[in-house]
Amino acid sequence: MIPKEKKMKQKAKLLRGWAFFGLMVGFLLVLLFIFPDKTQPVTSTAWQYFIEMIIILPAVLIIMGIFSVFISDEIVVKYLGKASGIKGIGLAIFLGALPTGPLYVAFPMAATLIKKGARISNIIVFLSAWACIKLPQELVELQFLGLDFMFSRLILTIVFVIIMGFIIEKIIESSDKKKMIDV
Amino acid sequence: MNFTALIINGIAIVCLLIAFVKDKEKTIKSVKLAGKSFINMLPMVFIIIIFIGLLLGFVPPEQISRFVGQQSGVAGVFIIGIVGALLYIPALLSFPLAASILEGGASITAVAAFITTLTMIGIITLPLEIKILGKKMALLRNGLSFVFAFVIAFLMGMIL
Repeated sequence: MIPKEKKMKQKAKLLRGWAFFGLMVGFLLVLLFIFPDKTQPVTSTAWQYFIEMIIILPAVLIIMGIFSVFISDEIVVKYLGKASGIKGIGLAIFLGALPTGPLYVAFPMAATLIKKGARISNIIVFLSAWACIKLPQELVELQFLGLDFMFSRLILTIVFVIIMGFIIEKIIESSDKKKMIDV
Repeated sequence: MNFTALIINGIAIVCLLIAFVKDKEKTIKSVKLAGKSFINMLPMVFIIIIFIGLLLGFVPPEQISRFVGQQSGVAGVFIIGIVGALLYIPALLSFPLAASILEGGASITAVAAFITTLTMIGIITLPLEIKILGKKMALLRNGLSFVFAFVIAFLMGMIL
């Protein structure tokens, strides 16, 4: 895509976001006009959540910005491509959990890893870690849901993501073998 | 400012200092990138904040807990898990939302299901995932993630 086109697309998306926000404000004002006694609880709750969000969001985004600029896709692919065994799984979780962009950024990396012959289980673990074990997410989860919630969900997620990696690897490998026999 | 917020801001400052010593230009680029994502995220932040205000201000806790609370059982957890899978909001903003439904009377299980499906599964990005990684891998990953999200959620409910 040409950069200019991409820029316009992003602008349109942002505009849509603000338009939706406008609708939401309109809806809020109408509701508060009909139920004026709700104004105090609604605004004080919204304000409280806003403060909690705004004191961490810039910091979280700066951490993400730094990692995504300093750690290139090539570095991730290079390390993950040749790692195997427990080290491979550990590395997949670690590299996935680094504070970088949204999940769709990781799809092309995963595709490159498949082409390079990396283990399917490692790729699945990497993608899943990228999706839901990201460091900035854990920090925000800690802020809003507390240590017990964040920590137990983190451990459970790591365990099941690894199990899922092996299941998907088995399924894909056995179906590939079947294909070979059919041919 | 609470302790967690202090730690997060501390980490950001340390990262910035290290990055700045290593490469000034790249650091400036990182901060610009962060600023851009902040601006892009802002409308969604406000939308979610207003939604939370409305939810907690208007919907009585008994209603929330009837749908996704302790007594709602498996059906409520299942529904909120599907909502999580369908919603496309930045993961960072899913946590205040999750905290608000928890505050409003939802169970730990329901909240864990919501966050886990929301982050692991992307129905909106599924076509892209299929295009890049192939149908088999994309469908298996999203499908199994959905199943395991509920396993994780129910275990969370038992632990906490």
